[in-house]
Amino acid sequence: MLPTDCLYTQTHEYLRVQDGSAVVGITTHATEQLGDVVFVELPAVGRVLQKGESFGVVESVKAVSDLYAPVGGTVVAVNEALEGQPGLVNEDSFGEGWIIRLQPFTEADLAACLSPEAYAALIGG
Amino acid sequence: MPFNYLPHTEAERLEMLARIGVASIDDLYQAVPDSLRHFELEIPPSASELEVNRRLSSLAARNVPTSQVNSFLGAGAQRRYAPAAVDWVLHRSEFLTAYTPYQPEVAQGTLQVIYEFQSLICQMTGLDVANASLYDGSTAVPEAAFMAMRITRRPRVLIARDVHPEYREVLATYASGPHADIAEVPLSGGMLDRARLAELLTPEVACLVVQVPSFLGTVQDMHSLAEQVHAAGALLVVVADPTSLGILEAPGAYGADIVVGEAQAFGNAVAFGGPYVGFMACRETFARQMPGRIVGQTLDSRGQRCFTLTMQTREQHIRREKATSNICTNQALNALAATVHMAVLGPTGLRDLGRIGLQRAHALAEKLARLPGFSLAIDAPFFNEFVLRLPADANATTTALAERGILPGVALGHWYPEYADCLLVSVTELNTPEDCDRLVDALADLPATRSVVAR
Amino acid sequence: MEPLLFELGAPGRHDAKLPPVGVTERPLEELLPAGMLRQAPPAWPEINELDVMRHFNRLSQLNFSIDTNFYPLGSCTMKYNPKINEAMARLEGFAHLHPYQPSSMTQGALQLLHELERMLASLTGMARVSLQPAAGAHGEFTGILMIRAYHESRGEGATRTKVLVPDSAHGTNPATAALAGYDVVTIRSNERGLVDVEDLRRHLGPDTAAIMMTNPNTLGLFEEEIVTIAGLVHEAGGLLYYDGANLNAIMGTVRPGDMGFDVMHMNLHKTMSTPHGGGGPGAGPVAVAERLVPFLPTPTVETDGQTYWLSFDRPASIGRVRAFLGNFGVLVRAYTYLVTMGADGIVQASQDAVLNANYIKASLEDRFDVPFNQTCMHEFVISGDRQKAQGANTLQMAKRLIDFGFHPPTVYFPLIVHEAMMIEPTDTESKTTLDGFISAMRTIADEVEASPDLVRQAPHTAPIGRVDEVMAARKPNLCFTCR
Repeated sequence: MLPTDCLYTQTHEYLRVQDGSAVVGITTHATEQLGDVVFVELPAVGRVLQKGESFGVVESVKAVSDLYAPVGGTVVAVNEALEGQPGLVNEDSFGEGWIIRLQPFTEADLAACLSPEAYAALIGG
Repeated sequence: MPFNYLPHTEAERLEMLARIGVASIDDLYQAVPDSLRHFELEIPPSASELEVNRRLSSLAARNVPTSQVNSFLGAGAQRRYAPAAVDWVLHRSEFLTAYTPYQPEVAQGTLQVIYEFQSLICQMTGLDVANASLYDGSTAVPEAAFMAMRITRRPRVLIARDVHPEYREVLATYASGPHADIAEVPLSGGMLDRARLAELLTPEVACLVVQVPSFLGTVQDMHSLAEQVHAAGALLVVVADPTSLGILEAPGAYGADIVVGEAQAFGNAVAFGGPYVGFMACRETFARQMPGRIVGQTLDSRGQRCFTLTMQTREQHIRREKATSNICTNQALNALAATVHMAVLGPTGLRDLGRIGLQRAHALAEKLARLPGFSLAIDAPFFNEFVLRLPADANATTTALAERGILPGVALGHWYPEYADCLLVSVTELNTPEDCDRLVDALADLPATRSVVAR
Repeated sequence: MEPLLFELGAPGRHDAKLPPVGVTERPLEELLPAGMLRQAPPAWPEINELDVMRHFNRLSQLNFSIDTNFYPLGSCTMKYNPKINEAMARLEGFAHLHPYQPSSMTQGALQLLHELERMLASLTGMARVSLQPAAGAHGEFTGILMIRAYHESRGEGATRTKVLVPDSAHGTNPATAALAGYDVVTIRSNERGLVDVEDLRRHLGPDTAAIMMTNPNTLGLFEEEIVTIAGLVHEAGGLLYYDGANLNAIMGTVRPGDMGFDVMHMNLHKTMSTPHGGGGPGAGPVAVAERLVPFLPTPTVETDGQTYWLSFDRPASIGRVRAFLGNFGVLVRAYTYLVTMGADGIVQASQDAVLNANYIKASLEDRFDVPFNQTCMHEFVISGDRQKAQGANTLQMAKRLIDFGFHPPTVYFPLIVHEAMMIEPTDTESKTTLDGFISAMRTIADEVEASPDLVRQAPHTAPIGRVDEVMAARKPNLCFTCR
């Protein structure tokens, strides 16, 4: 059941607009493919990202996935809890397993993301 | 007539072909274009093991190994005494013929040995994590340099000119890839030129690579060097000689961030240059940037302690083009030999081994320096290798001494023009005090030496 | 469970004597800078020799090995490691040679290297071979550097930025290309599992530096259109790199040089029977066609027919890729194997490797999906999709083979086959062993249908159960005293 308060990307990131910033993580679909997450490589706070730019990496035992910014913006926060508990990405992908916060972002960038229905169609269900 | 190691009879081959449903093995090669199939192999016809043994033995007999002469050659390939126990363990089929431990359930022997190797290296170097080994000391240098570049996100690498010349060449070859910028820090009086280093330590520098003891045998105080490098925001990469680390301070204790080196001296013969075993250790925070295989401890489904390859996502078979390196092999068997040797040595053995080389080298150097026309070329502390200045041409000297069954040292002129008349002399536990005296006598006896006296 | 070295021994228990120093000792403070003296000895264990031997002997008993178990590991060529190889590598005249001895003292070794080079060149249809690289991946890197040097020498170094790699390629190929600074472009395989020549055509151009391939490919299939492919790549000004991992299929039947490849590496620890040793050492000689000879690493071994010497005279050389000459000890083993097998034996070896793989395939294809079911070469790939639907996947089936005394085959590679299991029996296995493996696989297929739990929980008889790899990666414990 995909959260309807989020937008999505082809590369399985989600974003939720919260208090003026975009909270970004990866979807449960992605974490199921990856398996248990063992490490998340986070960007530095303050880094400026373009939409679609790779900003970090999620590693499981057998695979590794790049993370791509769903919208452009500056990294204003990263989820430090993931350092000691990378499994949060699996356990609560859309909640405690968030990865970064971006701000500010443009409406244009937002509009180019996938709606929940479009993402659902992408992942086939 | 059978072929060695090919067990099928003709009858069995026919049975198998019948199961497959073809008439001959040739039918299995139908996809191969006929135009490509006609050539002659320049390989002799098959032979019995007896004949092969003769052939190889006669090739070996055409060599004069260092075990048959009085050898003072070192320079990165160390002639050491490996306890008989080492080769015994290497003959265990289960170690020798095992595959890479990708299936931990059936590879706990190999995995635990690697974990022990990693731990011994950490304890010896004073750093937090080590990998399962690299090809050799020389290739460990570019791996460390690239690691420092990744960590600091800086493009430039400084390397001291008294790091092994062939190691520097390897770094240059590797650096032609990602176009890393390599600069050499010159020497002054045979030691690292600290003033020039200060000029070169700009904010683009990811690391300084130094060797301790240096290729020329010298030992400098590393604490202030580490401070100087760190103050510039760069990392300190030390190429260490493990046989010195029972006497010399652990690199981790004086500020090294990454330590690499050659562990061949433990348990592995000089073998004309290989296979050897490189090692790498680093601070905990850099662990995920380390190339090569790494073994970690964990639990199995029954709650037992066990070992497994871990952090594999850095490696080529998963990361592919984003891997930290393209390494697919560690030197497991050579690391096993080193581990057995280190286990037999123990910490007191390591210290005593270092003492023997150090003291005998100093005793020898003292006697040699008193010969007319001879001197120690570098006025600095050294460990078990030193640069001896000769009153005659280095190559002429080595030729003359070879005739007397002595290899006095490695000529340096082609690497260090300022040491064209010098040899790098190495002393280990295999050079007895009597062997050393024979070297002194032989050098004293040379025409060039005697003519210095006559003058 | 065997204790760690650090859990054995006791203070003072070390019992291996070293010789006396034998000279008057000077105080360390006089000889070395004060700050450079070791303050605390390393926390190495102090163990008596007997307990050291017991420790390593017991550890060895926890391993599978070729000398105890069959390893049908695709792309690894786990053939028998002849013991004569070990004896010859240990001959005093080889083991105790120092690399900096004058060549007058090492003629036998140089002759061996020269003869080995000639044999490998002939076997591969190439002009010359560098024996310097320490492993296959190292050889690949050396080969790619030579390709780059070639393009640079023709003024095209800056424009030829791309290396093409089939989607079935081994991971070292793109990793090596990236290490050398190239962009990697993936070429699709067609429905027969071979390089899609149309896709290749679309990607060829003036920015093509090289294509990296193997033949047979990682599915064990011979690339029938290799001559066409070579022509297309050369026409576009690119070079062809051959990954020699699968050389065991074709020795004496066809040669990469004749197919059109310009450079390749060999894995002596695969094709040439040198032992894997639990992960190394190997050796990865690089063979080149005439046009790349100027770029070979130095030194090379030269001869006038009587005397041998090392030559550094190669102005366009890419330089060294390692100190000293190469993994000489491994090269001695490979040489020993080649002169044992001989030209006639080496041909038979490849043929038996191909025969064995096809025999197993023919004996399993009714129970397992074989996605590319044409004649295979020395290895073939099955898909565990059928069994996955019935309740156990490829990994679980592979682990179940352990209970039958077989090392698992290669799994989940190549990436283009779902639930892949790659089987390569090699040439040195008897029909009895092959039949035992076939029987085990068929039994496992039965088990998946009737009682999949038995397979899912496998292995049952190994020294340890399934390993918690997640814990190992999340909370790395990589060193005994330094957590």
